[in-house]
Amino acid sequence: MSVDIAVAQLAEVNGTTRPLLNVWAWLWPKLAAIALALFAWQVVVWSGWKPDYVLPGPMPVLQRLGQDLTQPDFFVGVAATLRRALAGYVIAVVIGSAVGVLVARITVLREAVGSAVLGFQSMPSIAWLPLAILLFQQSEAAILFVVILGAAPAVASGLLSGIDHVQPLLIRVGHVMGARGLGLYRHVILPAALPGFVGGLKQGWAFAWRSLMAGELIVIVAHQPSLGQQLQFARDLADAQQMLALMIMIFAIGVLIDGIFGAMDKAIRRRWGLLA
Amino acid sequence: MSVTVGKPVTVRHLTKTFPHGARSLIALKDVSLEVGAGEFVCVVGASGCGKSTLLNILAGLDQPTDGQVRVEGRVALMFQEAALLPWLTTSGNVELALELRGVQGSERRDMAYELLSRLHLQGFERRLPHELSGGMKHRVALARALAQDADVLLMDEPFASLDAITRDLLHDELVRLWTSTSLTVVFVTHNPREAVRLGDRVVVFTSRPGRIAHELRIELPRPRNLDSPEIAVIAARITDRLKEEMRASVG
Repeated sequence: MSVDIAVAQLAEVNGTTRPLLNVWAWLWPKLAAIALALFAWQVVVWSGWKPDYVLPGPMPVLQRLGQDLTQPDFFVGVAATLRRALAGYVIAVVIGSAVGVLVARITVLREAVGSAVLGFQSMPSIAWLPLAILLFQQSEAAILFVVILGAAPAVASGLLSGIDHVQPLLIRVGHVMGARGLGLYRHVILPAALPGFVGGLKQGWAFAWRSLMAGELIVIVAHQPSLGQQLQFARDLADAQQMLALMIMIFAIGVLIDGIFGAMDKAIRRRWGLLA
Repeated sequence: MSVTVGKPVTVRHLTKTFPHGARSLIALKDVSLEVGAGEFVCVVGASGCGKSTLLNILAGLDQPTDGQVRVEGRVALMFQEAALLPWLTTSGNVELALELRGVQGSERRDMAYELLSRLHLQGFERRLPHELSGGMKHRVALARALAQDADVLLMDEPFASLDAITRDLLHDELVRLWTSTSLTVVFVTHNPREAVRLGDRVVVFTSRPGRIAHELRIELPRPRNLDSPEIAVIAARITDRLKEEMRASVG
């Protein structure tokens, strides 16, 4: 009997400590990876390969980042960058989704531009920049143009492959229930294509973020101290600490938003019962 | 009783061929079949005899190559898999069928719950398909088919993937629902005992091309028991007949 009680108590202890353990299990590989990266960086600095003012070590850079984070100007820059990212991304998602559905629905269009969509996706967005500057000069519009062209093809092709991979049985079910045309899309095909679409959204975000950084480095808009622009200034002033601090910030924002898409993907797979 | 209204299902000289390389594959050849209102007809045949093709044509998912097919009223089709939409709850799946039928939003929830409870699924309304057992999924699929308020229910080996006991329970359920409504059922199966247990009439199909070889009326009283000797005797006759046909078509 005492064994039973002991087991029960043990189970209780396990039950109460489990959430913390879960957080720890989720956290430690990431912390270990960060520590390892910082250590490798420090080793390179210690090796004396480059002087301090070209390649500073992680400690001074992180201190500098800490200082930056107390500066209101820094956040004005982050806000400017995020605003552009959001605006460009939203427009790209709207255009990409519309193109994806149209190409999926209209056979002629698929023949005509189906492979072009993939071609656009492999086009490095920075290659659009000269044209963008020619069309829109050094302006917000030039940056948005590049972001949209970077992200929209990924969104379109994600949605297209999502639609192509819908189980034919589900479409037949929709037909039997009397769904036709747009109704079939609304009730069956688009929800069924959601996993592929989220994959496209995630990839589209990665492209948008890259394109935005390329755009901000090259296109300088007055009174907009965006992250990319600050990065360019840091290079002009040979302020390596600031440069690396900004790079860490850019990396962190990218990872954070990627994490949001990862969580969305997981939530969908859980709902569909596709999670092991 | 003897009022002659149009039969719910009329098939005359139906032929269906599929392009298959340079030649064409004859799936159905000169099939004629009538199903009366409220009748339960089982179609038995080996795999590949064109049974599913026949149902697809009846459901309007495919077109006949030759001959006439007429189905009166609304048609629902159940597949071998439950084929529930995985992103919708149990109730959501049934509600979608109601929505597509044009039922108003406020009534859908109540009607769905009502249908689900008729299939003993009360308490499972908010569950997602992957949280249900195989038998429950098929109950939901049946509720969804009923939600379409069809006059003709077509069933394509609907419970073939289930274990024998679950399948037998669903057969009971199906017969109970059929008896309490004016539903006309066309039920396709490869299992002669299943066909004899369920049908008013059993239509035996040959393979390649699919043709009607034989028809028999099952006069056994209901409720019927799958394991009863009467069913076994009739089913054995059908099995023999099917074997004969298969030997002929292979040899």
